Formats: sequence, structure tokens, C-alpha cells
Amino acid sequence: MKSFCGETGPQTNVLLHILQILPSFTVADVKHKFHKICPQWHPSRVGLQLECTGPLLNDTKVVKNLAASSIVTLYFRDLGTQISWITVFLTEYTGRLLIYLLFYFRILNLYETEEINHSRRHPVVHLACICHSLHHIKQILETLFVHSFTNGNTALKKMLKGCAFYWGFTMWMAYYINHPLYTPPSFGNRQIIPAMVCFLVCGAGNYFSNVALVQVHKTGTRSHFVKPTYNPFTWLFKLVSCPNYTYEMGTWISFTIMTQTLPVAVFALMVSLQLIFWAQRKHCKYQKDFKNYPSCRTAMIPLIL
Amino acid sequence: MAPSEEDGSMEEKETKKKPLSPFATAWLTFYNITMTAGLLISVPRWLVLAVAMIRFSYQKRTHKGLYRSIQKTLKFFQTFALLEIIHCAVGIVRTSVLVTGVQVMSRIFMVWFVIHSIRPIQNEESVVLFLVTWTVTEITRYSFYTFNLLNHLPYFIKWARYNFFIILYPIGVVGELLTIYGALPFVKKSGMYSLRLPNKFNVSFDYYTCLIIVMIAYIPLFPQLYFHMLRQRRKVLHGEVIKEKED
Repeated sequence: MKSFCGETGPQTNVLLHILQILPSFTVADVKHKFHKICPQWHPSRVGLQLECTGPLLNDTKVVKNLAASSIVTLYFRDLGTQISWITVFLTEYTGRLLIYLLFYFRILNLYETEEINHSRRHPVVHLACICHSLHHIKQILETLFVHSFTNGNTALKKMLKGCAFYWGFTMWMAYYINHPLYTPPSFGNRQIIPAMVCFLVCGAGNYFSNVALVQVHKTGTRSHFVKPTYNPFTWLFKLVSCPNYTYEMGTWISFTIMTQTLPVAVFALMVSLQLIFWAQRKHCKYQKDFKNYPSCRTAMIPLIL
Repeated sequence: MAPSEEDGSMEEKETKKKPLSPFATAWLTFYNITMTAGLLISVPRWLVLAVAMIRFSYQKRTHKGLYRSIQKTLKFFQTFALLEIIHCAVGIVRTSVLVTGVQVMSRIFMVWFVIHSIRPIQNEESVVLFLVTWTVTEITRYSFYTFNLLNHLPYFIKWARYNFFIILYPIGVVGELLTIYGALPFVKKSGMYSLRLPNKFNVSFDYYTCLIIVMIAYIPLFPQLYFHMLRQRRKVLHGEVIKEKED
């Protein structure tokens, strides 16, 4: 079986490569063969399409199912430098953790020194640092030991955008929380302690939900969906499809209440909007995949969204 | 930033345009005719005034009166332009919401947050500069859209829309930047629109720094828009020339 790989760039230069492949080859094998001929195109950054404007072909598809004749024409698209998801998440979370600590320990001398000498920090500033750091250490450990990434890579541009967004917001938040002129929450301990407890509970809930989701993933995605177990943190699965996102939203809302800082509120809002969007997508996918999916479940917020 | 020139995807998609509902066409035509007519009626007064001001400026250096006499009309038309974002969002105009949004918001920022709020700069020459360029561009643009919708586009209007910007756009940007720069000392002294620490919500905002950031933002954004319009011009007018040769 022969396959053509054509490359069309902005100057519409067409380079044809003819590859001898077996009908039983998968798209991934074709990419590897192409990589041998053109070493500059690593398989992970190659996107192959059946039509110029069609969808990208999945790596697991077999070539003989793609076209009837013995000659198949494929179109090539450069997906850009690819980075593995693990690297992306680790970079993002480590960056956020370190940036916050940078402001907490006042390493950069961003605040004017006379203000520092005069003020003593309120305990909530220390608590906020501990909570924030614990949350990010948990995320890093989850990325390393809990999550399994099926679709291994993403474009470098996405990572840069994500890092810019998260690191920028962390800088904005950390600057005000660790400022010498920081004002503690209006209701004092009545506000701080419950918010912190809520934060820790949501963190635990997020962890257990992720573990439950990964366990279902391991058995095969189409077999069954997640059901609540004896663990009280998983009982939210009765009401929502993505309780890990619910708990994540709860984490940031409690952090906002604990610190009473507007930049944190803005960050919590933006993160929540993104999570709602992702949860809706997953919810629709589950409803499509499983015929007996419980109808009382909503995407992320029980009974509402 | 002035002059308002979104990417001309409206012209690009002319041949592939799906027919608008009669209601949408009627509304758009009404909107564009109103904007064109409104500007044509009120603007000659400004232009005469502006030219007189510029002539006097060499002797007297006073510009009192221009802004005060036109401010109501200016605010009305620039704020009304918010409707254009809705046009794009709803889909009756085929330009991207983001590009139009940025254009309209930057105009509104200049009108309400710079000239209206910072009174001492209202009589500066730079204000005259960008007001004149905005007005000429607006008239050209709205009449272009009006004739486009009525499917009777005189070549002169098309030529004006794609050539005036070459001079007007840089002049307008210079006017805006000079105005903001002139406003900086007044903002710093009065501390307007700023929020300082400590406060209950632990946030601060410095309008002075914000204005400086806006000025710096012109550096990457202006060339992009300018060269985009140049490319559009080459595509539209150059394409026209080729068509004539084939005939």
C-alpha cells in the first residue's frame, strides 16, 4: 500500500513523499515512517488529515479503514513543538508554589522597607501561605503519582499561555496577601477558621474524587462510570459528574473568604468559569457514552449547573 | 485607537455572504445611514472650527471652545458605537467581536476616561488632532458600510476608505498619545480613579500607571493594525486593478 504525504505551506509548496506501508499500519506507524524520511518532523508534532480541512486522524486508526483504494493521500499539518502534559502541569504548579513563597519570604524586596519594620503580620497571612503551599504540593504529587495522561502531549504555546495566566495571577494575589499593609478579614477568626476548614475539606474531596476517576479510567473508559463509594468525599458523585471540579471551585472560594482579597476573588471567578466549561463538556460526553447515566446528576454544581 | 479600522472581513466575504434577513438588513442600513447623516450634519461645523483653531494656534495658543462645542455629539456617537459590538456578537456583521470590541473600547476609553475626566487637557492641540482624524474616518467608514448594504458602492468611497487611513491613522495615534502624555501630570497630582492600600479588600489601582501601560500598549498594537490595513488595501484595490485588466 502506498501513501502520499503532502505538505502545503503558506507559499503552497507541495512536497510529496511516497511511503510504502502495510494496510495494517496505524496512523502512528505512518508518522514514524515519515519521521525516518524527514527527521525534522518528530511524530508527536505531526498532524495527519484525510482532507485539507478535515479533522486530525487519531494515532490508533488503522490505515486500511481510511480509504478504499491502495493509494491513500494524507495531508500533513505541523502541530508545533509538543510538550508532555506532565511537564506542563509540573511547571505550572511548581511556578505558582515558588512565586507565592517568593512573596511570602519577601525575597525580592518589592515592598518598601520602612513599612516592613513597623508591621507585624497577622496569623492569617501565615495560614494562607501554608494552605496555598499545601494545595500546590498536593497538586504536584497528584500529577506525579495519581493522574494518568492518555493524550500525552500538547503544543508549547498552550503551556506558555497557561503559565502566563496562572503565574501572573499568583503574583497578583501573593503581592497583596503578603503586603505590609494587608488588612485581615473583617470578621476575624469567625471568618478565617471556617474558611480554612472548608479549604482543607475541599482539598481532600478533590484528591479522593481524582483517585476515584483514575480507578475507573484504568478499567477502561467505556465500561462504567464513577459511582459513590463508602468514602464520604465521593458521595458528591451522586449529585454531580465532576466533583473534583466542584471541590476545586470550593477551594478557591474558601481561600477568597479566608484572605478577603479582591485579586483572589477575581482568580476564583476565572477558574470557576473555566471549570464549569470543562465540566459541561465532560457531562455531555458521559451522557452520550452511557445509556443508563443517572439523570439527577448535573455537571458541576448540584441541582443547578 | 483611531481611526477605527477593523479587519475588512466584511469586504472579503462579500461574495460568500449568506443573505441577511430583511429585518437585519433594514436595521443595519438604518444604523449606518443614521451614523453617516448624523456625522455629516454635525461635523462640518467641527471641521470649520477645528481648522480655525489650528490657524489661530500659531498666534494665540488657545483652543477653548472646540471640545466644549462638540462634546455632546462626540460622546453620543462614540458611545453609540457600542452597538457595533452587539452587531458582531449577534452575527449580522461578519467582523470578529474581539477586534471591534477593542476598537470601540479604546475609543470609549479616550472619550470618557481621558478627555471627559481630565478637564485641563480638553483644550490641548493634540485633542484637535485626533478628533479631526476620528471624524473624517468615521464619515468615510459609515458611508462605505451604508453604500455596501445598498449594493451601490461608488469607487470614490472605497478608495477613500482604503487610502485616507494611511495618513490619518498615524496622525490620530500621535494625537491620542500626546493627549494621554499631557494628562499624566494632572492624574498624578489629583490621584484620580486610584485606590490605595490599606483597604478592606486588599487591592490597589493606580490610574497613572494604568495610563502609562496604555501608552506602551500602542507600541505592539498600532503596527499590527496599520500593516493589516495596508494588506487589506493591497488585496482590495490591487484585486480591482487585475479585474479591470481582464475585462
